[in-house]
Amino acid sequence: MKFSAIMKKPPPLSALLLPGLLAVFFLSLSIGSAPVPVLAGIFDWLTGQPGMSALVMGEIRLPRTLLALCVGAALGLSGAALQGLLRNPLADPSLTGASQGAALGAAFVFYFALLPGLGVFAPLLAGLIGAGLTLLLVLWLAGSGRPALLLLAGLAIASLSGAALAAVLNFAPNLFAMQELVFWLLGSVSERGMAHLAFLLPALVVGFVLIWWQRPLLAALSLGEQVATSLGLDVQRGGRIIVLGSAILVGSSVATAGNIGFVGLIAPHLARPLVQNRPDRLLLPAAVIGATLVLLADIIVRLMPPGREIRLGVLTALIGTPLFIRLIWKERREWL
Amino acid sequence: MALIEVRDLTLPNRIAGVSLTVFPGEMLGVIGPNGAGKSSLLQSLAGLLPAKGDIRFAGIPLHDLTSVDRARQIGFLPQFCDSAWALAIEEVVALGRLPWHDRDETAIRKAMQETGIEAMAKKQINRLSGGEQARTWLARVLAGTPRLILADEPVASLDLYYQGKIMHTLRQHASGEHSVILAIHDLALAARYCDRFCLLKQGRIHTFGSPETVLTEAALSDAFGVPIHADLTHSPPIILPAWTPP
Repeated sequence: MKFSAIMKKPPPLSALLLPGLLAVFFLSLSIGSAPVPVLAGIFDWLTGQPGMSALVMGEIRLPRTLLALCVGAALGLSGAALQGLLRNPLADPSLTGASQGAALGAAFVFYFALLPGLGVFAPLLAGLIGAGLTLLLVLWLAGSGRPALLLLAGLAIASLSGAALAAVLNFAPNLFAMQELVFWLLGSVSERGMAHLAFLLPALVVGFVLIWWQRPLLAALSLGEQVATSLGLDVQRGGRIIVLGSAILVGSSVATAGNIGFVGLIAPHLARPLVQNRPDRLLLPAAVIGATLVLLADIIVRLMPPGREIRLGVLTALIGTPLFIRLIWKERREWL
Repeated sequence: MALIEVRDLTLPNRIAGVSLTVFPGEMLGVIGPNGAGKSSLLQSLAGLLPAKGDIRFAGIPLHDLTSVDRARQIGFLPQFCDSAWALAIEEVVALGRLPWHDRDETAIRKAMQETGIEAMAKKQINRLSGGEQARTWLARVLAGTPRLILADEPVASLDLYYQGKIMHTLRQHASGEHSVILAIHDLALAARYCDRFCLLKQGRIHTFGSPETVLTEAALSDAFGVPIHADLTHSPPIILPAWTPP
């Protein structure tokens, strides 16, 4: 019998998640500076008919919406996986060091104008390479240690990448380069095309498969590493696979959309009551909630009055931090 | 045939040359002072520590079994248990089925019945008392229907009522083809339930055998380093330190 048979049917509340996501998805497609019929526009674009609505849908709104969806799903999923692995509701995807590594890789490209032949893909590729390199460093530093040590190693390497990033900013060749870099780091899903999506989607699939495969380990780790091992699971190997999957998810989403904070922390937290706190069943709901949150935040970004746009990463951090504080407050009360 | 046969088990600084045999239906009490190697011995048998030596389970070398097969045959109840998430009792117990890749409701319900937690199946684990939690951890092990249970001080923090409950459940398991090895500090309690004893001191076997052989005043006093009074003829058996308070 498959592992899925061990799990019971999800409760009805989580059945509202997908319709909710779909509603936000269509809302995102219908919001913009010019009123455009959503379905007709997509139809025109798909059938290759020329026209304003086809252009707006295919070149601007659809890529932006799909990108927000993928980035949010990637962040929510990796957050749920890492919280399960580390047995800690306060674990965040940035703890793998992957997001700082991706940011550093992309920053290098901006700074030294590397890989000019690749155009907009240069920061993407450099971001993924940066995430990969930081991950290797983290795994090397943690050695054969337990998942808890991976957390410390990730934190150390993340700090190192953060320091290197600060140095890159410090020695930026000119103000324009620095501004470009800083704005890129703040996170956004605007001004990106289907090509960005083609880059993000495979990474999303690979990361998802790696994490999904380790659901039994996530379930068993509820009771600790000793119990998981005694239940016949390879905690060390499985832990590395989960970290690898999360780093691929986070690295690729930071490389395409910059830093979008707190989604990976909050989405699993919001999803947990829907699945009776089961870490193995948390993955999909957390991904759906993450996608919904980032889509909603991007809608708010676009509804802001014209002028200087508030960056998506800034908005998620502004919304996410109070939720995070509330989480700590609740944890504190549990101990009283 | 022995259910588990251990020859010359060694783990640097923890256990040195431990050999023992447990037969089907037996309950073996592993006793000894703190740091004697009780937990290390149990964890080595559960495959959690890389001890060297020859371990045979039902005649098969333990390292010839896959980790999943080992988990199906040997259930391990650690000394300290906790759940990172506020799971429902039945979900915690169902985790015991992981090695079998199924959710055998019959086995899960039977485990909850044997430990008397069936009525609180839907309750969250963090809302339970220590004694109820201890029974849940044991039910998780029972749900995996292992032939051998390794229990590391399962009654250490429990009141008298729950101590009896847990010992009784373990004793029920140790019959027919099934056995139990438990580390325990309460010697008088152990004397009532265990068939044989393994007295450890500084990682080595001090005495091994029947209660009459191991639970003697001489052996216990030597192993624990305090004078001990033992009376196995009394019902219930009495084993107490015999020092004079200052």
